Amino acid sequence: MTTPAYAELDDMLGKRWKKPPFVPNPVLRWAIILGFAAYLIAAFSTIEVNWSRVYEGLDRGWQFIISFTRPDFISRWEDIWGGLLESLVMTVAASVVGILISIPIGLGAARNIAPLPIYLLCRGIVALSRALQEIIVAILLVAIFGFGPLAGFLTLAFATIGFLSKLLAEDIEAMDRSQAEAIRASGARWLQWINYGVQPQVMPRLIGLSMYRIDINFRESAILGLVGAGGIGATLNTAFDRYEYDTAAAILLLIIGIVMALEYLSGVIRARVQ
Amino acid sequence: MPISDNGQTKTWQRRTTGESLTRWFVWLICVAVFLYCWQQISEATTWFFVWDAPRIAGDIWDRATPPRLEYLTQLGRPIWDTLNIATFGTLIALVLAVPTAFLAARNTTPSVLFIRPLALLIIVSTRSINSLIWALLLIAIIGPGVFAGVIAIAIRSIGFCAKLLYEAIEEIDRSQVEAIASTGASRWQVMAYGIAPQIMPAFAGIAVFRWDINIRESTVLGLVGAGGIGLQLQASLNVLAWPQVSLILLVILVAVVVSEWISAKIRGAII
Repeated sequence: MTTPAYAELDDMLGKRWKKPPFVPNPVLRWAIILGFAAYLIAAFSTIEVNWSRVYEGLDRGWQFIISFTRPDFISRWEDIWGGLLESLVMTVAASVVGILISIPIGLGAARNIAPLPIYLLCRGIVALSRALQEIIVAILLVAIFGFGPLAGFLTLAFATIGFLSKLLAEDIEAMDRSQAEAIRASGARWLQWINYGVQPQVMPRLIGLSMYRIDINFRESAILGLVGAGGIGATLNTAFDRYEYDTAAAILLLIIGIVMALEYLSGVIRARVQ
Repeated sequence: MPISDNGQTKTWQRRTTGESLTRWFVWLICVAVFLYCWQQISEATTWFFVWDAPRIAGDIWDRATPPRLEYLTQLGRPIWDTLNIATFGTLIALVLAVPTAFLAARNTTPSVLFIRPLALLIIVSTRSINSLIWALLLIAIIGPGVFAGVIAIAIRSIGFCAKLLYEAIEEIDRSQVEAIASTGASRWQVMAYGIAPQIMPAFAGIAVFRWDINIRESTVLGLVGAGGIGLQLQASLNVLAWPQVSLILLVILVAVVVSEWISAKIRGAII
């Protein structure tokens, strides 16, 4: 009992073998653990939870889960269909415009093909678009352009630019230089150089990312309605406010279904282009 | 290789005539769909407001500048709440995502036929619904406050973390696992000594990455009443206190940039 099977290994090491820790430096490791624990205790003590309210809510939560088994597509179908169509319309239009604009900005944000002033300008646009979240942009655009899908469309297009340009630029920066140089050596003009030297290298990834972004845009379009920017979100919000959980469940199921379909479609397309 | 021949000279073409026609047709459909969408948006838009937009934007800008800096003193607590929502949400999500990921990964799931689809369903359904919608739902169920925000962030993050984690598990090196298994290790020991060390860097990276995204998302959860700095934003918007709105937006911007910087640093140290 006192001599386990790995006694030989322990003798060789001079001490008991232990799993190597994830952070090798012991001082740093304990500093991280203690600091994080202190933060957690401080944070936990400031969160106020009204447990009796939570307990009362459990019943309603259960009703909501039950309503997923009998979603009500029928009684508010007009509203659901209208909202869903508006969401899809916003998604398609914003994705097309966003992708078209993000290509030149992506080219400009790649250091290896753009001069410094253009690079800085395009990187600035990308940083701005990425730092502002969709919903905040939507609030501002609704204030400026008024309620409706136009604000949502502009929001999604703006967000698409930040996402796609950044990833496209990174892909261009990582491309194979020799192919691009070979095209340039044959005397190609700038546009030809981009078209034959750069584009074929980044096209599969661009298509994949665009499909992914369409997917994200649809998901985001579902919440823009909360601030009045059009789409299914307004219908969903109304359903929650009126405690019509069966309608809300129907909308959520439709969103999940469409997202799954889009994900499957983008998987198929990405597998084909790569 | 398709070649067009007009009597004497042969010219190289990239595609055959049929291929070009199909491509043009597909493009035509795409353009038609886009135009239809644009028409729908245009119909639902009051164009008078749009033409008026530059004036309105200028007006809002005038009202919002300069930001009301004294208001900063009242934002300490909301920022702390926002940070807590993101951190606790991420922690709860990770605790739930790890078992989900092991059940979803092809090489560790107990049953490919029954349990894996269930785990994948959890991943897809939590991932496809935005945290604002989860918050909306949870506020109706458990009442407004920070707690609803924490749970909303947690539910939303499960799918994201579990998806990335199960992909990492599926990519592990089999030979290490086999080496541990061949020493007579039990199922749990194989997990602890064969699989866990291999996915640990990925796990830490995912955790920090998601925390960063959660900071971003928790800043706006208050718009629907789930605590954090979004509550102040909503309150200021409701009373049209534009100098406060611009200050809050600046604070959110700083928080997002700082959290992104921290997460990039930590991920850089791990990988």
